Amino acid sequence: MKTNLKISKEQSLAFYKDMLRIRKFEEAISDVSEDKEIKTPCHLYIGQEAIAVGACRAVEKEDYAFAFYRGHGHYIAKGGDTKKMVAEIFCKSTGCCKGRGGSMHLISPEVNLFGSTAIVAGQIAPAAGVALSSKLRDDKKVTLLFFGEGATEEGVFSEIVNFASLKKLPLIMICENNNAAAHMKLSERQPIDDMYLKTEPYMPSFQIDGNDVIEVYSKVKEAAERARDGQGPTFIECMTFRWKGHVGPLLDIDKGLRTAQEIDSWKAKDPLLNKDILSGLLDSEIRDIELEVDDEVKQAFRFARESSKPDPATLLDDIYAD
Amino acid sequence: MVREITYADAIKEAFDQLLESSPDTFVMGIGVKSPWYVGNSMKGIFDKYGEERIIDIPISENGITGITIGAAMAGMRPIMVHPRMDFMYLAMDQIINSASAANYMFGGKSNVPVTIRSIINRGGEQGAQHSQASQAMYMHIPGIKVVMPSTPYDAKGLLVSSVKDNNPVIYIDDRWLYNEKGDVPEEMYEVPIGKANIIREGKDLTIVATSYMVSQALVAAEELADKGIDIEIIDLRTIKPIDEDAIITSVKKTGKLLVVDAAWRHAGVAAEVSAIASEKAFSYLKQPIHRLTLPDCHAPASSVLEEVYYIRSDKIKEKIQEMIK
Repeated sequence: MKTNLKISKEQSLAFYKDMLRIRKFEEAISDVSEDKEIKTPCHLYIGQEAIAVGACRAVEKEDYAFAFYRGHGHYIAKGGDTKKMVAEIFCKSTGCCKGRGGSMHLISPEVNLFGSTAIVAGQIAPAAGVALSSKLRDDKKVTLLFFGEGATEEGVFSEIVNFASLKKLPLIMICENNNAAAHMKLSERQPIDDMYLKTEPYMPSFQIDGNDVIEVYSKVKEAAERARDGQGPTFIECMTFRWKGHVGPLLDIDKGLRTAQEIDSWKAKDPLLNKDILSGLLDSEIRDIELEVDDEVKQAFRFARESSKPDPATLLDDIYAD
Repeated sequence: MVREITYADAIKEAFDQLLESSPDTFVMGIGVKSPWYVGNSMKGIFDKYGEERIIDIPISENGITGITIGAAMAGMRPIMVHPRMDFMYLAMDQIINSASAANYMFGGKSNVPVTIRSIINRGGEQGAQHSQASQAMYMHIPGIKVVMPSTPYDAKGLLVSSVKDNNPVIYIDDRWLYNEKGDVPEEMYEVPIGKANIIREGKDLTIVATSYMVSQALVAAEELADKGIDIEIIDLRTIKPIDEDAIITSVKKTGKLLVVDAAWRHAGVAAEVSAIASEKAFSYLKQPIHRLTLPDCHAPASSVLEEVYYIRSDKIKEKIQEMIK
């Protein structure tokens, strides 16, 4: 059922801007990846922008978030510094992980975004641990946990669904169902289509249009209220599609994994063409946002290109914390 | 004030004082409210601190270990308890990929002050999956520390240090040591991680040992003292990072090295200590280094087979005599 939530003009502007920021950063990253200016494997988020933006806008800056290797979008949406992100993707010393993490390991403690993992489902248990810390400290924070539908195939997913429900952890499980894990479609990996059915016995579970930012925002907002109220976790399955292939700038059509028709059918549902958002914005406002975002992208790439590479003498730094 | 208490009571006292002194410390693990799994080493802790802070868990080693890792990332000081090392393999993904890698991978922005207590619990015809001592698996991994106390004093002090350390620490205790008694101060104190302890000074031969093997080496050394054999025993206490200086200094003094570790031989603690000695004190060695370990064989159930499988003081004594003729 579609939400009837009315959003303000400011919200429309913010949603649109953040989605556009992700889109434009990812396109620029795709380009430098294709040109081989960077080597780090980039899993691009184009097409899924509404999920990270809707969810992050529905919580506070102090709330926690955990993402995964397709994580540029979550980093931007949560409010991470984009200069440090691009510098990290360029593996420079000024990157958010000093060039040690690369594209798949981004972190922004300033906005309580924990480090992203390149192990499928690797972030699920630590995210529940952060939610447990909120419960023990009674700090009223919630934890956003982003993962793909492929992660629900891992054993740890079931372990955490069970425990989070048992202990009523303030955890919002956001399953981004893009119907693909690397080269395999969902139907090749699972006998069911609907991920939310797996968690229904344990917690309120929903399936929504993941390309509708307002829908995502509204469901996550409700989930956050329940979580802060001590009512435990929520599972939100967001139906979506990634425009690019599993990793890198290509589409994987040539490899026979997807068809142009399939991609086009989803492009028609582009999260950025959301009528409820666009109808509230003036053309001039959209143009201003575009210019602003173009400038942010340009500056972040300039910063990354001008930054130094890590000093080889720092190879063994930070193995242990002091 | 110093008094004599058992190894198990020393562990319990560390839990009690850590929980008492910081609201950030809590405990999770299979059987933490059950007297069977953790012996008498946590008796009364659940009753005192309750289910909010002593969380007995569903059987989900990987998930729950990951939860303690996440809580540590958020700044808490949790202690995860694995009642047997055999069960801890299920959590290796979280221990390695989440806990050990985080600080490095995220450029020093995500340290993980979690303590993972794991217990060696063997003998009694328990067989291959209820007997393991897998310390070597963990000393291979960058970014974590691994401690193995052999005395009641260290059992308490190293648990305190593990929890206060800003890194993931694997704390390994041994059920065969639980009734050993020793001097333990009543107040909370720390034993430095990464420092070995010369538990007996001697000049004829160096034994480097871990955990329960330290106590057995001491028995062997005392028995041989009557025959005029003077053994030096180094209790490693921490196997990662390892105290290379203590090993090298002692080998330079005695020229003979026997390494004793009650775990599988191949690529184990004894292999690592041997490599350190041969790389850094080779010219001082008067004879080849000897290793006394379990064979590369799973633990048998039958007590007749267990008898030949495990190492007690008599085997150590025999090996020393072979090395000092």
